Amino acid sequence: MTMFKQKLSRRNFLKQSALGLGATSFGGFNSQLLAGAQLGTHHKAKAKRVIFLFMAGGQSQLDLFDYKPQLNKLFNTKLPPSVSNGQRVTQMTKGKEQLIQPSKFKFSQHGQSGTWMSELLPHLSKQVDDMCIIKSMHTKSINHDPGKTMFCTGDEMPGKPSMGSWLSHGLPSMNKDLPGFIVMPSAFWSGGTGNVQALYSRLWGNGFLPSKYQGTALQAAGDPVLFLSNPKGVSPEIRRASLDSLSKLNDNDYRIIGDPEIQTSIAQQELAFRMQSSVPELTDLSHESKATMALYGPEVEKQGSFARNCLLARRMAERGVRFIQLFHRGWDHHSGLPGKIKGQCYDVDQASAGLIQDLKQRGMLEDTLVVSVGEFGRTVYGQGKLNRDNYGRDHHPRCFSAWMAGGGIKAGLSYGQTDDFSYNVVENPVSVADFHATMLWQLGIDHTRLTVPFQGLDQKLTGVDPCDVINNIIA
Amino acid sequence: MNRFLILIFALITCVHAKEINFNQDIRPILSDRCFHCHGPDKHDRKKKLRLDIAEGDDGAYRVRRGKHGILPGDLEKSTVWQRIITDDEDDIMPPIDSHKKPLNDKEKALIKQWIEEGAKYEDFWAFVPAKKVQPKVSNKNWGNGEIDQYILSILEKNQHSPSEEADKRTLIRRLSFDLTGLPPTREEIKQFLSDSSDKAYENLVDRLIAKPQYGEHMTKYWLDLVRFADTNGRHHDHYRDMTPYRDWVIKSFNENLPYDDFIRYQVAGDLYEKPTQDQLVASGFNRLHLIIDKGTAPPEESLTRNVIDRVTAVGTAFMGLTVQCAVCHDHKYDPITQKDFFSLYAFFNNFDGGAETGGRKGGDFKKGLQKPYIYLKDESVGAAAEINPYWIWKQAKVKTEKANFKKLFKLKSKPKKALLQATCDNDFSLKINGQQVAHSKEWHKPVKKDVASYLKEGENEIIVEAGNVGGLGGFIMLLRGENFHVISDDSWLAQTPGADWHSAVQLHPHGVDPWKSVIETVPEDNRRAAMIMKERKDIRPAHILLRGEYDKLGEVVERNTPGFLPPLKKQGDIASRMDLANWLVNDHPLTARIAVNRFWQQLFGVGLVKTSEDFGAQGEVPSHPKLLDYLTVSFEESSWDVKALMKKIVLSKTYRQSSKASQEEFKSDAENRLLARGSRFRMDSEMIRDQILFNSGLLSNKMYGRSVKPAQPDGLWKAVTMPYSYPKTYTADTGEATRRRSVYTFWKRGMPPPQMSIMNAPEREACIARRERTNTPLQALLLMNEPEFFKMQGLLAQKLLADTQLSDSERIQKIYEQLTSQLLSEYREKILLDLLNTLKAKYKKMPKEAKETCLSLGINSASNEVDLASWAMLVNTLYSLDTMKTRE
Repeated sequence: MTMFKQKLSRRNFLKQSALGLGATSFGGFNSQLLAGAQLGTHHKAKAKRVIFLFMAGGQSQLDLFDYKPQLNKLFNTKLPPSVSNGQRVTQMTKGKEQLIQPSKFKFSQHGQSGTWMSELLPHLSKQVDDMCIIKSMHTKSINHDPGKTMFCTGDEMPGKPSMGSWLSHGLPSMNKDLPGFIVMPSAFWSGGTGNVQALYSRLWGNGFLPSKYQGTALQAAGDPVLFLSNPKGVSPEIRRASLDSLSKLNDNDYRIIGDPEIQTSIAQQELAFRMQSSVPELTDLSHESKATMALYGPEVEKQGSFARNCLLARRMAERGVRFIQLFHRGWDHHSGLPGKIKGQCYDVDQASAGLIQDLKQRGMLEDTLVVSVGEFGRTVYGQGKLNRDNYGRDHHPRCFSAWMAGGGIKAGLSYGQTDDFSYNVVENPVSVADFHATMLWQLGIDHTRLTVPFQGLDQKLTGVDPCDVINNIIA
Repeated sequence: MNRFLILIFALITCVHAKEINFNQDIRPILSDRCFHCHGPDKHDRKKKLRLDIAEGDDGAYRVRRGKHGILPGDLEKSTVWQRIITDDEDDIMPPIDSHKKPLNDKEKALIKQWIEEGAKYEDFWAFVPAKKVQPKVSNKNWGNGEIDQYILSILEKNQHSPSEEADKRTLIRRLSFDLTGLPPTREEIKQFLSDSSDKAYENLVDRLIAKPQYGEHMTKYWLDLVRFADTNGRHHDHYRDMTPYRDWVIKSFNENLPYDDFIRYQVAGDLYEKPTQDQLVASGFNRLHLIIDKGTAPPEESLTRNVIDRVTAVGTAFMGLTVQCAVCHDHKYDPITQKDFFSLYAFFNNFDGGAETGGRKGGDFKKGLQKPYIYLKDESVGAAAEINPYWIWKQAKVKTEKANFKKLFKLKSKPKKALLQATCDNDFSLKINGQQVAHSKEWHKPVKKDVASYLKEGENEIIVEAGNVGGLGGFIMLLRGENFHVISDDSWLAQTPGADWHSAVQLHPHGVDPWKSVIETVPEDNRRAAMIMKERKDIRPAHILLRGEYDKLGEVVERNTPGFLPPLKKQGDIASRMDLANWLVNDHPLTARIAVNRFWQQLFGVGLVKTSEDFGAQGEVPSHPKLLDYLTVSFEESSWDVKALMKKIVLSKTYRQSSKASQEEFKSDAENRLLARGSRFRMDSEMIRDQILFNSGLLSNKMYGRSVKPAQPDGLWKAVTMPYSYPKTYTADTGEATRRRSVYTFWKRGMPPPQMSIMNAPEREACIARRERTNTPLQALLLMNEPEFFKMQGLLAQKLLADTQLSDSERIQKIYEQLTSQLLSEYREKILLDLLNTLKAKYKKMPKEAKETCLSLGINSASNEVDLASWAMLVNTLYSLDTMKTRE
């Protein structure tokens, strides 16, 4: 429905004015951002998009990825002080004895790569040759809120733009009918409700970037996008009639007033109208084959499940959504870890493995970067009463595990090492900023060049501390 | 942030070949490209050269190993210049690997001219006290005051001229929204149009500024600035009730509290000798930071975070500086050292209260309170009056003995309800008008009883027989009806049984040890309290925190203001927050500047300094420096009179210009920085929602009180809260509470109301001095489909149809004028009539849809469903007009 010859988005308009008129123009906020940053890719991108599976609460690396068989003999013995070395601990275990708690779960080697995986992840174990497991992640934060804020925005303090909003800002949209950054929190989880940490819209917020770059959170129930549906009784035909007249009136105003912003309003109303069909089409799974649905496991049938969100993520990836972020809460296992982690793994194992396979079958894995990580790891020392079969673990920022798949990352690789206690990183440490820098690199972005001036600083996702792209994991 | 402005001024400079102004032309370039390595931060300084100052061992004029940094007047010998123009990739400045934008030709030309003409440095404009300088203009026929002269002088320099005045309808709409956040009614428009006197405009301004809605509107901006919200913002994101502070802000704007006091109260209201309730409530400014609940973070870390947050807020809201950049290291661009930061920190780390919110036990948790707080006594901030009785006895020293008390009082009528609460340590019995009413032997179990049936119109008598054992005792009583109360105090009579009656003695006010608060002095449900600032007795030492880490203590620092700014004047031996507050309003060169700039921004969409949160070296230079100084000085001279300032600005011809312009003009000055026309910008979320309620006649004019919860889509909170977050799910209010102004809407930091956040409202986690304004499809969807908005549109449709005398044309004209304040042109009327007829025709063919539409409008049954649905959609269409969400 293009009614106007000079249909110009604000962004295009500003680009034109900034380039065409150069120095003589008083720039808007947006145009300054355009001028300030070096937008677009800086080198050839290996990945076009990211599916980010955020394991909120902090997964236990010790029970999932970081195999430490020697701990079995050390059950209930004190963690040597030389290992913890004055490390800050949380309020929950402060002043308490640090007694070693081995994992009760069996590990075995899988795939041609011989990657060690826990029995908790049978489906992902079959995909290890497509995955790169990073065992040497570390972060600053010891608590959830700053930890998640750090991972999602690059800074512990609230107020910075999230990963996806940086990308929406830095890279052009690939689908004019859908947002470039979509967020899907799971509506439920199987590891019990006692370990669930809060989320905050800042985790997908735009910080100081224009809010058009903020993540659009897809709702598990009701309208997937807020206020997407017309009021009941208002058919698309009625809405179309309304919009046709509206466009005429707005255009009439534009001719009288002269402000190009009015044209932006018209364009955004038209986009809203298109979203009214593109979003339902996106969330409609009726054309997915049984085989595809089966890849993601039985939970895919349930609205709001992690599995269904994984399938939706693939559909979004197909349609050009640049950054898709899932949040699965419930990993904060201070007690009863063995039981609860089983539930959590039931939620994510088959679904994530299914996502990798589905992308691969469609030839999309090579340019889609799938990552899975939480805000921190968990301690080798137990929390609560020590017991070989039932235990809890506290937050642990000094080492934790993440995995990546596709998007030009080396497959079948285990990267980085921790000490015998999975306490400190001893080889190839990867900070959150390194992780971000690598992710951006795969998307064709040099993290030092995607900057925006704010509060006197050339701000960037990776912050001010030194960090580097992890070249050794790039294929 | 300031490239374009620099460039435009650069152009002006080149065209006119005028003298170079260091602050305007040179400093922004040096700051952006050079200060990072050659600026105030000594740690990162390269080659012992700093370009932010001229003199000194490291200053720009320094000679090191025979090389000059800058030799005034000599390009050859100025290494800085040689390094800028070199072709050698290894030598060029800024270095290629710094990713700083290379200097362009115009910037180079400016620096060249500046060095040739003597490389004169000037103190940074923002740190120099403001002074009035007359503008020079050639056109003497335009304008009605100083503001216009300043605007005109820059317009003339740019070969522009001002626009004509906007029409009266546009003006009244603009003024109403700008000053009250609400549109004018048709009656108000009519009154203004028919008032042809010279004073018509000014009278309108006076009327609007006097409305209570003015204070509510002004407060909306303030709440962003101080990150006001109704939840903690961390971990569980629990409820936190700071609403008395919000109410105080509204009241202060309405009563036009001088802005210097407005600041003093907030920074240090608790430190007045006998602080008033307002001063204490205002000191709650120091409690608005995010705060974590107990049990996760190390308390020392929480304390540090809170104090940094508090200082950052003072920096943004009152100082106009990014002081928080100096938490981990010296500031890279402004001369704020890390020590300066922690010297400010020292004013705020002595809070006498927990660094984390407490457990769920006790009444405070559910009320969103955390000590220290005060109960509110003043009805004007919405609290039920608290009435405190006294413990009384027949003499000051209590013994083992008996005592009788008597009180006579008059009632205008027999009450329907009268709650008696009384107790005595150790026992008592009480008669009203001769009838035995109550007795008790347990002081900790006060009698609570409705005694209305014992009371009568006219004179009433209470007689008490009391007994005591030991040296501690007393009697206390509160009798409260709907419009009367009686308390035990020294107006009572007392006697030793059988002896003479004499005045009772007040032993203690209610609430003291060991009895504490045995009586409900305020009905439980209505009791509101305000969290306040309070100083600890022993001053907690403040350290520089190495790299900003809470457990890496460096040297101890004294309370002080940054060294590069005017010195602090101490009243006592140790500097106090009150000294800091006084310094802010008396000595800090930016306090008034940033305030007038924000008020200007509110009225023009963009401040004279666009970066209204940062007036430091990396902030933008003012578009109209002399005007900013003029406004600053006159604001201070007016005793910080905010209403006078607002009035002065809106009376200017600059403000009154029409916002219409050619497309070329919109392109060449998209943000209207030159002000060659009236400003045009999208309204904020609160104005958009409030006008929808207002136009439907449903906007509640109730002021103050706890935050309210209008409807929002299900599941938003649930998707982010924890199982034990309080509150965990969003339960919408009903009735009037859903129709209050948006300034009273409950603000959860983890998930702000979507009607607000979709329209760019910030999360309120950090201090925001200016909201951005985007234009997104989600905003279009909100205006099209928000269910509550749609119901309001249905009401309008019903009202329109109820007037059966009107033709469809007349109805369209009426509703158009009501919503837009403008008259409908023939061309537009035809479009709308066509739309109406199309809608009617379509709905007629789809009766089911018509019925459903009516249900969506909240209309369960109607005989004219097709008409109602069609009219509601017409109104819905009008609300999506760009001009409806835009302040013209």
